[in-house]
Amino acid sequence: MQNKMKSMILLLALLGATGAAQAEESVWTWLGTIWRQNEVNPVQNAAWQEECGSCHFAYPPGLLPSQSWKKLLDEKALADHFGENAELDADTLKEVRDFALENAAEKSFYKRARKIAKATENGEAPLRITEVRYIKRKHHEIPEKMVKGNKEVKSLSYCDACHTQAKKGVFDEDTVRIPNYPDWED
Amino acid sequence: MKKSTVMFMLLGLCVALPAAATPASDELLARYQSEGAKTPDAAKGKKNWTREEVVEGEKMSCATCHGTDFSKPGKHHTTGKVIEPMSRKVNAERFTDVKKIEKWFKRNCKDAWGRECTAQEKADFLTFLLAQ
Repeated sequence: MQNKMKSMILLLALLGATGAAQAEESVWTWLGTIWRQNEVNPVQNAAWQEECGSCHFAYPPGLLPSQSWKKLLDEKALADHFGENAELDADTLKEVRDFALENAAEKSFYKRARKIAKATENGEAPLRITEVRYIKRKHHEIPEKMVKGNKEVKSLSYCDACHTQAKKGVFDEDTVRIPNYPDWED
Repeated sequence: MKKSTVMFMLLGLCVALPAAATPASDELLARYQSEGAKTPDAAKGKKNWTREEVVEGEKMSCATCHGTDFSKPGKHHTTGKVIEPMSRKVNAERFTDVKKIEKWFKRNCKDAWGRECTAQEKADFLTFLLAQ
């Protein structure tokens, strides 16, 4: 009887340990990728890529808080998405919306996403990433001629015009190449 | 309608379609007919392609973003994002997905003409585009 109990306890302990190890694995990966942690969660979702990415850069959800995504990814709101019709069928909208909400700025451990979450925690949730105080501040010193006056950039909305690794959620200064201004340095 | 008549009509539809037709385009053309569209008119589709409407102060047509050379990529009028060519000769993926075709008809008709397209207009466009 006692032996049976012992083996039961051993089995339970083993099971528990495996569970913990599995959970820890993600923590370790998370801890192990210090550089990427500085950035925005580089999540991917096929529907997101297809539905958002066919018209514009598929902004990583970590660039806005969920309050913003809730406003944007709404059936009615999408019928007039910054002047464009971006309507989605109910199933696709749900998938895209769930993905955005699960990976929104305040849900992320990534430093840049956290800063965005902090910058937007008070007041009205912004509809545009370019309205986020943190984003504005980060781009503050770039002369207008390099953005608005730059044919190959035109607006800060085109993240990937200059952020060469934006697709991976990396917005680090070292990865910035402003078209027509190869020598620009902060 | 007799079953044989329907079969005959479907057969006729298949024969009348250009070589570039896909299962998806066949399905949609049949659907548009069931929604009241008459025989698709490619010439009308061509004419409508460049028909401009003023939507929110901007003159818009299909060609605004897609252009008129279907072997070349188009460009989104505000975001500048590249739109893959419309011709199946250079872009085999075109018109192979019913859901996708319908989604873009809905969005783009509203963007370019400020309203949804009728079944007839969609049938005309689709037939015209498949031949490109």
